[in-house]
Amino acid sequence: MTLLAEQLLNGLQLGVMLFLMAAGLTLVFGIMGLINLAHGSFFMIGAFAAAWVGDRTGSFLLAVPAGLAAAAAAGIAVEMGVIRHLYARSHMDQVLATFGLIMFFDELMAILFGRTPLLASVPAVLRGSVDIVPGVPYPVFRLTIIVVGVVAAAALWWLIGHTRLGMLVRAGATNREMVRALGVNIALLYTAVFGLGAMLAGLAGLLTGPILSVQVGMGDSILITTFVVIVVGGVGSVRGALAGAMLVGMVDTLTRAYLPTLLQGLMHASTADQLAGGLSSMAIFILMAVVLLVRPRGLFPAHG
Amino acid sequence: MVDTRRQAVVLLATLALLLALPTLATAMSMPYLVTLGSQVVIYAIAAASLDLLIGYAGLPSFGHAGFFGLGAYVVGIFAFHAADQSRFLGLVPGSTQAWIVWPAAIGVCAIASLAIGALSLRTAGVSFIMITLAFAQMLYFLFVSLKVYGGTDGMGFDSRNTLAGIDPGSDTQFYYVCVAALVLVVVVFRRLVRSRFGMVLEGLRQNERRMAAVGIASYRVRLVAFAIAGAGAGFAGALDANLLRYVSPDALHWTMSGDLLVMVVLGGVGSLYGAVYGAIAFVGLQSVLSQWTEHWMIVLGPILVAVVLVARRGLWGVLGGAGDGRQG
Repeated sequence: MTLLAEQLLNGLQLGVMLFLMAAGLTLVFGIMGLINLAHGSFFMIGAFAAAWVGDRTGSFLLAVPAGLAAAAAAGIAVEMGVIRHLYARSHMDQVLATFGLIMFFDELMAILFGRTPLLASVPAVLRGSVDIVPGVPYPVFRLTIIVVGVVAAAALWWLIGHTRLGMLVRAGATNREMVRALGVNIALLYTAVFGLGAMLAGLAGLLTGPILSVQVGMGDSILITTFVVIVVGGVGSVRGALAGAMLVGMVDTLTRAYLPTLLQGLMHASTADQLAGGLSSMAIFILMAVVLLVRPRGLFPAHG
Repeated sequence: MVDTRRQAVVLLATLALLLALPTLATAMSMPYLVTLGSQVVIYAIAAASLDLLIGYAGLPSFGHAGFFGLGAYVVGIFAFHAADQSRFLGLVPGSTQAWIVWPAAIGVCAIASLAIGALSLRTAGVSFIMITLAFAQMLYFLFVSLKVYGGTDGMGFDSRNTLAGIDPGSDTQFYYVCVAALVLVVVVFRRLVRSRFGMVLEGLRQNERRMAAVGIASYRVRLVAFAIAGAGAGFAGALDANLLRYVSPDALHWTMSGDLLVMVVLGGVGSLYGAVYGAIAFVGLQSVLSQWTEHWMIVLGPILVAVVLVARRGLWGVLGGAGDGRQG
């Protein structure tokens, strides 16, 4: 029972991370109609910048804005340099060009920081653990991640639902041409949305850094999980991204935690471990297949 | 206007060059060129099968490495069970005979792509890209978790599959087998896209609603195309495992799907011939750049971006003067 509470929180934490990734990616698709493979690179850049600044200054309070700024700056630069020319192109061209960008950023990080993983340290205040319910300790840093993620999600909800920028974003997602016809500076809006998405990815990266290792290619595996989230939730829908992220986060965490024990009841221990290892790494893809069978457009389709 | 004579000349020259490669390699005392050539030819087969999807069926698949790697693993698993006299799942005995193993690889990949295609084709556009990517990654994780077959490290095996009259130890003879396979695949695919089936596929790419109105079951036609392309990639994968005498999950990794995509677009989408030039360019660039710097990807990445932004016709468009600028 105590383990379950802990695993549920772990699932929530992964879900929050995935939402930060998926929100930017799905907004960019919903508004600009662009598929961006290099979104994982912003995750990586955020993590690297924060780890490096944190290591140099010893201050987590400086590391956080550094990570956010680096990811947002990279996002804005990429949008103005490359992505801007891809909006009118086929998805295939977008995939290919952003695949090229991944190669560039992965290699750039390897040149700047080397191939050995960086250690991002947890700030002293957030070390240790607290009892979530009496007798169940849980690391403070992971709780912080959850809180930050929830705050970011709430801020995003406020931004989209209750500000002028958000109004333009929603209008853009519904009818791009109309927004342009009404005289909105669409180029500026696109750059802002893309930069915002990159910053959210950077936030996910810098928060994940201390839990996983900060290394080249760290954004690539989370990118593919994020795709699963988006497909499950419904492409282009932020609400869908939230639902998909939570579902994928929970399914991934819980199968990894409980499948070995469940299977051990049915078969030989070593076979069970191996099978459970394989099945739990495939669980989210199986989830995606089931969702596709029942609702081909995802749980919360964006339009209609 | 397509200049067919110019195309024929370019194609014949390319074929002559491919056939002469082992002789040239010996003359220049660069024997490794034969292995590199086999790699190019094998990638060209996989890229041609991907072009069938992108260029003709209008299906932007980003999971083609899944079938490429699966085909490679069929060869590896047959070799594994042949070596220790065991049976796969307690049923299928191992084999090192090409006429058993290669068709098996093609068949397994056709079935796998039917299953994955049946699910993926329920969506279109950008979801299709993400879903094919995700399913290929699922296959990747499957083989990573199969410790029997080497897990992350993959597994090697002693010798190539035996084919009547071919010395499995000879790199040159194997190279010619690959070239023959490439010619076969391209000819079959060219006939396919010009057949009634190909016309329907082309029609669906241009206007699905109109095809539905004349009574075409779009889902089924696309599924068949997806399975054929998967089988083609599986064949290439089987040859690749034979070339390297080694299989690993790397062959299924999503970057492999990306590489295949790069070859298709570099060579020119929607011609099938382009795949050959794309594979030559990709492997060539990779080996030249990696001799020059360890960080060759920092050069190749921007080249890709530039190719997408500037050169839209692809190599075949430039060489053959075709290039109808068709996009997937």
